[in-house]
Amino acid sequence: MRSLDDIGRELASLQSDEPGPDHAAVYLALGEEVLEHWVRARDMEPCHDEREGFRLLALHRQGADKLPSFNACRETCRELAYHYNLLIQQPDHPDSPQRMRMMGMVTRHLYLFVRGKMEVEELGEFCCSSRPVRERVDAMQSKQ
Amino acid sequence: MTDKKTKYQEVAYYPGCALEGGGHAYNRSTKALGKKLGLKLKEVDNWNCCGAMEVKNIDPKLQTYLSSRVMSIAANQMGLDTVMAPCNGCYHNLKKAEYDLANDPDSVAVVDRISKKSGHDTYQAGQVETIHALDWVKETIGEDGLKERVKNSLKDVKVANYYGCMYTRPRHIFPEKDQGPGSESTSKPHFMDDLLEAAGAENVEFPLKTACCGGAHTLSDSDTSTQLVLNILQTAEASGAEVIATECPTCHSGLEMHQIRAEATLGIKTNVKIIYFTQLLGMALGLKPKEVGLHENVSDSFAFVKEKGLA
Repeated sequence: MRSLDDIGRELASLQSDEPGPDHAAVYLALGEEVLEHWVRARDMEPCHDEREGFRLLALHRQGADKLPSFNACRETCRELAYHYNLLIQQPDHPDSPQRMRMMGMVTRHLYLFVRGKMEVEELGEFCCSSRPVRERVDAMQSKQ
Repeated sequence: MTDKKTKYQEVAYYPGCALEGGGHAYNRSTKALGKKLGLKLKEVDNWNCCGAMEVKNIDPKLQTYLSSRVMSIAANQMGLDTVMAPCNGCYHNLKKAEYDLANDPDSVAVVDRISKKSGHDTYQAGQVETIHALDWVKETIGEDGLKERVKNSLKDVKVANYYGCMYTRPRHIFPEKDQGPGSESTSKPHFMDDLLEAAGAENVEFPLKTACCGGAHTLSDSDTSTQLVLNILQTAEASGAEVIATECPTCHSGLEMHQIRAEATLGIKTNVKIIYFTQLLGMALGLKPKEVGLHENVSDSFAFVKEKGLA
């Protein structure tokens, strides 16, 4: 498995290119690869299921299991799937180059969020998806 | 007149702590906008902190109590049935308290015990409805009402609407959302888009409307927050936006502060302006920039609003 840094470098390189028609599939695959990192970090094997036709959404669901703060990137994953659909279903649309650029930015946001959570797991936990800090402390104390 | 249109004409106004501090521009512009629109705001007497993120993360039931006290004062002392909270954090916390008090007997017991100890009536679920400033303007004045009142159209102003996370998450505390036409969407919110478009603005396709900005980690993990915010700013610019419209003081200050920090620490400058939706609507209705607190923003948008004919 590639490191997150390697994924970040490929993402930056893709974003600096002129948007090409094959980039949509690459961005989607990068999004899945980013989520695989998160799932593995939680000691799980990344699933190969699909939700609403996307492995990305199934991986997000797996990564968010019993962890509401991971839902802070739910809409980001859905935007990624939405842009993929737009680009695949309307490849000749005049907005395709702009849509591809946006898909790159959305993929980057997912990458930054997951990379941030790999460093500070609580990212996203204090705002929209707060979980009492004490819950974790209590759990630790009850184990001791 | 619809029920909500009548009901929201006079509401209990809960500014919350942020609007008395770093988010004062939002406080000033919300009040000025309400006055301009003929809507009555009665500030909650002796209001307290909603429990924000800090209390909620240590003791969620204490946060439920703190939020319930605000609603109790509005209902039992002021006789009002609607609380309007412009801050996403306050709005979220009051909605969460409402949900807990309707569904969790333990929360009801704790709130009752502390309320009695504190010497005020215990808030009962359903006594008030908590709404956001976006609901308030949308339901009372609406797009048609705004169009009739616009003096300085926002035409030629390209806007990316940023709602942040707490306006829509978690979905279960916002049962009125996702109810089909006319209701707000939790996945693709649009109330701010609708209002600004009615005032003449051109909304751009912005895919990070509810994306995480690093929020409460803005001080403890500034680098991550700067990267997340920078991507939001750059995405807005790549979408063609000149302005990011905000509706939350935490989002607003996070975007402003990390815009500066990104330039200082990463050498990456972004030029997109960050302006509260209440400031944009206020100026569209003819209020002067200072009347909507533009001078209280950290970022300087004076030249921009002048260029657009709003000053």
